[in-house]
Amino acid sequence: MSSTTYTPVAVAQVRTSVNVTARSAADGASRSGVWVAIFAITMSFAAFTSALFVREGGSVDWTHLVLPPILYANTMVLLLGSVTLWMASRTVNAHALLDSHAVKTVMGWLMATLVLGLLFIGGQYEAWLQLAAQGLFLATNPNSSFFYVFTGMHILHLLGGIAALVYVIGQVFGSHTTFRRAAFHNTAIYWHFMGVLWLYLLFVLRTKL
Amino acid sequence: MQEASPAQVHVHTPPTSFLRKHVFSLDHKVIGLQYYGLALAAVTLGMVLSWLMRFHLVWPTVAVPGLSLISKVGAPGGIITPEYYLSLLTMHGTLMVFFVLTNAPFAAFGNYFLPIQIGAEDMAFPRFNMMSFWTTLAAFLVLITAFFIPDGPPISGWTAYAPLSAIGSDAGPGLGWGQTLWAISIALFCAGSLLGALNFISTTLDLRAKGMTFMRMPICTWAWFITSCIALLAFAVLLPACLLLILDRTAGTSFFIPSGLVVSDRLQPHAGGSPLLWQHLFWFFGHPEVYIAILPSMGIVSHVLMASMRKPLLSAKVIIYSMLSIGFLSWMVWGHHMFVSGMNPFSSLVFSFPTLTITIPATIMTLIWLGSLYGANIRMTAASLFALGFISMFVSGGVSGFFLAQPSIDIYLHATYFVVGHFHMVMGVASIFGVFAGTYFWFGKMTGRMLNETLGKVHFWITFIGTYCIFMPFHYLGLVGNIRRYSTFVDDFMGPLMPLHKFITIAALITGAGQLIFLFNLFHSRFWGKPAAQNPWEGTSLEWSIPSPPPWNNFGDVHPVVYHDSYQYGVKGSKGDYVMQDSPEQAVGG
Repeated sequence: MSSTTYTPVAVAQVRTSVNVTARSAADGASRSGVWVAIFAITMSFAAFTSALFVREGGSVDWTHLVLPPILYANTMVLLLGSVTLWMASRTVNAHALLDSHAVKTVMGWLMATLVLGLLFIGGQYEAWLQLAAQGLFLATNPNSSFFYVFTGMHILHLLGGIAALVYVIGQVFGSHTTFRRAAFHNTAIYWHFMGVLWLYLLFVLRTKL
Repeated sequence: MQEASPAQVHVHTPPTSFLRKHVFSLDHKVIGLQYYGLALAAVTLGMVLSWLMRFHLVWPTVAVPGLSLISKVGAPGGIITPEYYLSLLTMHGTLMVFFVLTNAPFAAFGNYFLPIQIGAEDMAFPRFNMMSFWTTLAAFLVLITAFFIPDGPPISGWTAYAPLSAIGSDAGPGLGWGQTLWAISIALFCAGSLLGALNFISTTLDLRAKGMTFMRMPICTWAWFITSCIALLAFAVLLPACLLLILDRTAGTSFFIPSGLVVSDRLQPHAGGSPLLWQHLFWFFGHPEVYIAILPSMGIVSHVLMASMRKPLLSAKVIIYSMLSIGFLSWMVWGHHMFVSGMNPFSSLVFSFPTLTITIPATIMTLIWLGSLYGANIRMTAASLFALGFISMFVSGGVSGFFLAQPSIDIYLHATYFVVGHFHMVMGVASIFGVFAGTYFWFGKMTGRMLNETLGKVHFWITFIGTYCIFMPFHYLGLVGNIRRYSTFVDDFMGPLMPLHKFITIAALITGAGQLIFLFNLFHSRFWGKPAAQNPWEGTSLEWSIPSPPPWNNFGDVHPVVYHDSYQYGVKGSKGDYVMQDSPEQAVGG
């Protein structure tokens, strides 16, 4: 559209640099987007949790399930991933512009986070195998059903974090010109939330199953 | 005077290929139109299904030509079996609630106009926006597939109560693959709606133009924003519920299926599940869903009414606060759908109280609309007629809600035509009237051509009178005990009701046929209608400050700046009795 169809009275100037305004608005929106997504995911897991409470409440077939010990090791791995990501954030925050040295450091921490994240997923899979070895499958009893659903849904959401991490690593790899600070920070928020969510789920699994 | 500054960064580049322009478009306006088209397809199909049901109710032995081609089992020789009647009912409800009442007023108009009304170039996440439509379309196709599988569509109603919906084909026709397709479809729909809600919320929070404070946003922007907050929470609960249902159906778990259930002479291999759990999860979504359907129409109607009355509403602020309190209260009332479910009777009381409370903001809004109309010199357009019709439907359907909100009365009326009449008027037809009002109001903006006003008015009167003829008698039927979901009434005491049923069916056929006028108007005006001016209704909000239809980036290479709220009607401005939101001039007098 040319500005001629836009009446002169209505046209007004945005005084700040438009380029900066548009970019920061988009960054702000993606920040809001992450928090809104976290809100929705929290609501979903609240629904799963209340399903667990209701299911336990009225049933006679609720049993007891010993959590595979590897879950605790997995928890440490995931939390360690949050620490390495936090180290990456520290480096990013300390540099207004990422020089090649900073890029190296950030890359190192990000790769470590990625590896730890994948290790966590592998560990959770191992936990499933251990449960299955005990003869506890998805449909065996309500406790095992909820165990597989909770851990499975968490991994599904974590895969989103892995994808975001890979995206950010790709950006850092492409040097500072392609690096978007907002994408990095939003990925970090989501990743840390995955850790918090897992701690909550572990607490529920430990106390209820 | 200030001058334009070019916008150098666009959310996305101008679309060049045919696919990017019309199919996999990132443009919120194209996505809005795609949602509208999907809703139009769904409403047409849903209405045909209701015709089949009404036809069968009063002429149960007359064959429907061609129906046996779609389902040999469900309609042998063209005569609908009781089970197939339930299939039609399930699909009618599912199509209408999800693919029409959620898609049309919220996803379609919201997508098209929310970014424009806040002065944004597009949604915050155009790719998510595109994904949300295509996921919804996939959900629609998965649902429709149920018609063409041997098993047929499910018979468990749009609420899919467990254990009926959870057991599998033992429980009846359509409950094998048909029900699984239903659950997958709804899960997909939830995912699409969540992406949509995420976009709406982020866009409203962060992409408002300079000067567009929250209280300057038009009422319909507010309505879409509040609706998206409700949708975010509601669909985030229905999605897990659907996943658990799918697991019960396909993986042998027992979330919703109790012990010792013998169905079709077979002991079901499940134990310990809770059918009430499904009802709680479903209605925790289901009641807010009612407000997802009605709030956008409330917003659209307020928007249309102000432009027609040429004066602001008595208090736009109170309308916004009322919508907020409805959104808040909508989370506390789900149990009123479950008064006879066997839950603790004290819970009924607990759910009854907020249900009655929610009528207060609804009544306040109605009084504001009516009070504002008092003494108004209203411009009678098709859009304003439908806006007035909305108020009429909302009140007529809403009044019966007072009765149903009380457990002692609801026990008698539950599962009767009284309930069917209530929700069809208050959320179904009322919301659709909002969509019609929006369509007649914004069609010019969306397509560049005006809808024919005369046809629009004829369409209004047929629809308005027809709707009352159909749904008012439902209340009488319910009061005398006419139970819902039965395919034929062979009991003696139902005999005297058959003439009324016949009247309803004929009214439904005529009213449905009246919608052909609307369809004709849509397609004819799209190509041969009067060209639309930039601001044909002399509106104040930002969509009227850009050409009809708007260019791909809405405001071209400038960023609008907002100086007023959107209620500057009945004032002295340079253009007439209104001042545009982005006009720096001050309104004089009133």
